Amino acid sequence: MIARGTGQPTVESLDTVAVAAADPDLVQPYADLGLQPDEYDRIRDVLGRRPTGCELAMYSVMWSEHCSYKSSRVHFRHFADLPRSERLLAGIGENAGVIAVSDELAVTFKVESHNHPSYVEPYQGAATGVGGIVRDILAMGARPVAVMDSLRFGDVDHPDTRRVVGGVVAGIGGYGNCLGLPNIGGEIAFDPSYNGNPLVNALCLGVLPRERLQTSKATGVGNKVILYGARTGRDGIGGVSVLASATFDDDGPARRPAVQVGDPFTEKIVTEASLEMYARGLVIGIQDLGGAGFTCAISETAAAGGQGMHVTLDAVPLREPSMQPWEVLSSESQERMLAIVAPADVDEVLAVCRRWGVLATVVGEVTDTGRLVVDWHGSTVVDVPPGSLADDGPVYHRPLARPAWLDDRQADRAEALPRPAPAELAAEVLKLVAAPNLAGTGWVTDQYDRYVLSNTVLAMPEDAGLVRIGDGPMGVALALDGPARFAALDPYAGAQLAVAEAARNVACSGARPVAVSDCLNFGSPEDPSVMWQFAEAVRGIADACRVLGLPVTGGNVSFYNQTGDKAINPTPVIGVLGVIDDVSRHTPIGFAADGDVVLLLGETREEFGGSEWAWVAHRHLGGLPPAVDLAHELRLHELLVSSAADGLLRSAHDC
Amino acid sequence: MPPRVGVVTFPGSLDDRDVQRAVTAVGGEPVPLWHGAACLDGVDAVVLPGGFSYGDHLRCGAIARFSPVMAAVIEAAREGMPVLGICNGFQVLCESHLLPGALLRNAGLHYVCRDQRLRVDNATTAWTSAYDDRAEIVIPIKHGEGRYVADTATLERLEGDGRVVVRYVATGAAGRGSGNPNGSLRDIAGICNEQGNVVGLMPHPEHAVDPLVGASADGTGFFASVLAVLVAAR
Repeated sequence: MIARGTGQPTVESLDTVAVAAADPDLVQPYADLGLQPDEYDRIRDVLGRRPTGCELAMYSVMWSEHCSYKSSRVHFRHFADLPRSERLLAGIGENAGVIAVSDELAVTFKVESHNHPSYVEPYQGAATGVGGIVRDILAMGARPVAVMDSLRFGDVDHPDTRRVVGGVVAGIGGYGNCLGLPNIGGEIAFDPSYNGNPLVNALCLGVLPRERLQTSKATGVGNKVILYGARTGRDGIGGVSVLASATFDDDGPARRPAVQVGDPFTEKIVTEASLEMYARGLVIGIQDLGGAGFTCAISETAAAGGQGMHVTLDAVPLREPSMQPWEVLSSESQERMLAIVAPADVDEVLAVCRRWGVLATVVGEVTDTGRLVVDWHGSTVVDVPPGSLADDGPVYHRPLARPAWLDDRQADRAEALPRPAPAELAAEVLKLVAAPNLAGTGWVTDQYDRYVLSNTVLAMPEDAGLVRIGDGPMGVALALDGPARFAALDPYAGAQLAVAEAARNVACSGARPVAVSDCLNFGSPEDPSVMWQFAEAVRGIADACRVLGLPVTGGNVSFYNQTGDKAINPTPVIGVLGVIDDVSRHTPIGFAADGDVVLLLGETREEFGGSEWAWVAHRHLGGLPPAVDLAHELRLHELLVSSAADGLLRSAHDC
Repeated sequence: MPPRVGVVTFPGSLDDRDVQRAVTAVGGEPVPLWHGAACLDGVDAVVLPGGFSYGDHLRCGAIARFSPVMAAVIEAAREGMPVLGICNGFQVLCESHLLPGALLRNAGLHYVCRDQRLRVDNATTAWTSAYDDRAEIVIPIKHGEGRYVADTATLERLEGDGRVVVRYVATGAAGRGSGNPNGSLRDIAGICNEQGNVVGLMPHPEHAVDPLVGASADGTGFFASVLAVLVAAR
């Protein structure tokens, strides 16, 4: 602890490991940090004593829903069962999935949520959402080359929507534009179910030479641990536990100090410094500091390395010298990276950082103790097995229950709604075209740089974004799609429809779909009906991916998206990555030339459940979503991709 | 040997490699220049690329203007070396007083990225001589602070001397008003110094070189112009 006024630590009041052993019965505020009583008991079992204040803070963030996936993990066996792709160089469990696209090059991509921060403080929440996913991609050894985002807001007429939309869009643009990453697409939708909980899902794509793939393993006894990037401040403390892993109260967002503040300029120079270190072969292990900050980075790198780590916490450069050790461990200050470096290379790493104007500090070293030990001004405040933080968090088999209201909702068929008379059709079409979910989104996307890096072949409003990679002619396409309102009618089918749509959007660009990343946005996992929706959606994604031959390479789960007891519509957002051998063969959506023949592929059935028409014309949400025929979907994609490659199509657009 | 065109990288420069690619596309040799080096490495011309040098901290271009490399650029520009500032580079040139006026927050208060129609009103500068006089071209803009302002006397002098190089114009028959995307006075998109060797503009010609990944090929002329000027001067 720091004595007020002097700035000097007073050893008497510091809750060290020795103090914890000597004072085993101290009552600790674990519940205030988001831990359950049984979780606290488990920490005591792991350590054989009560945790110190610092250790308690570390377990509370690492065992939070956001970091530990404790409610969702048991459902991911569905993804593990999917057939492995030979292209997959890294998958679930890494910072991001990595897919080989040629003998030399690989690409990495991932989508992640930043929903709660974006509701509390829209600009910074969305900005740091972009920053966080970019660092995940950077940590794989890749140069980030494009971003996308999937946004869901409350009803356009809801009084709070304007605040959230304006801030989120400005934040995404402010951060991504300043980083020099083209924004190549995504989606934006409005629905009252997001009135009290908007969704901001950001995706980043990176490209790397295959041999430059990085890991997060802290290996090699004596190797140094270097923290570089921004100074550590008091922003974002407890972001993953008290903010991301809890429900908003009915009186709305009031946890502003738990939101991080971003600085894209620092992220840009951290990016360039990191890429220079990779190119010079200076990095043994690397990890970004995201959710749970320094705690997550040191425990994950130490656990992955299978050795030990000793950290001198007071070496961490601080914005505020009065910060206490648990605050330094928990802070989610942005634009920081942790690198494991051989002692002989430390000077060169520091020189690279200096050249880019990046602050870099040796904060520890790899040991052979099997323990993660953290000292603060000479006293040991943390001494734990790193795996107990990073890998062995609690796992819950939450109760599931099909919601009682679902039968009534499904029985309320949209096909029974009154249809417009022929004379009313034109007016109805105009109404639809002007609907917020169907109207043009240029008012948003014109605020994003789509040209920087000079590789953008397709961007908004195309079906998919498409960027050239390497020196061409190869390219990578990306689409990011949610399930519209379909998952609210049937989460299994809705999730499948989202996978099908994202893959179809990629195929429409002429690229062959090869991999999936997902961002699963749901209400509270403690509500059995929400948990049932989640389980159904995961099963739906896995079954769809099996038929379409797509591995799920990673992603993110966001629970507790609700205000009070009102959960959002279940919203599995699917990112699909595709590969095209020659970008000059891509197919844009627009009609190309007079006289071209227009073909409709597929069958049109009488299906209105969850449709935009049912909502716009009748504010109706009921019935069943459109039938899913994945075998047909696969044939359609094959037709689109091979016809584009053969030069038979001038343009293509999905319905 | 092809003419060597230096492209400065400040911390926060973003379109530096895009400019290098554009220089290569017209047959020049791009030479990366580091902001911290007070030397131009013997280049024949310099481009200050777009981006957010120093994070736009304090004021766009205000810190970059004091980089060691800028002392060398300012000296070379005064001696007649062709210098082009694009977007943030234009802001740096104004901050360096190589060009008059200033660039303020867009009138609409939003960052704007779109394909923009321009008219070349001076096709005699080192960077625009490949264009026909009053040619209309389409080049992307992408900026939040591109509203050109200067006092009336300066504007009159610029107009009188023909130093307004490119102007925003409406897009075709369905043009949106004047086509001015940011409230710039007199629809000014770019200007030059008295000698015509220093040009600054907000639009990004380097993103209009290859139509596959750019708005058009209309921006090629900026780079082709300077190459022709440099070759002719040999």
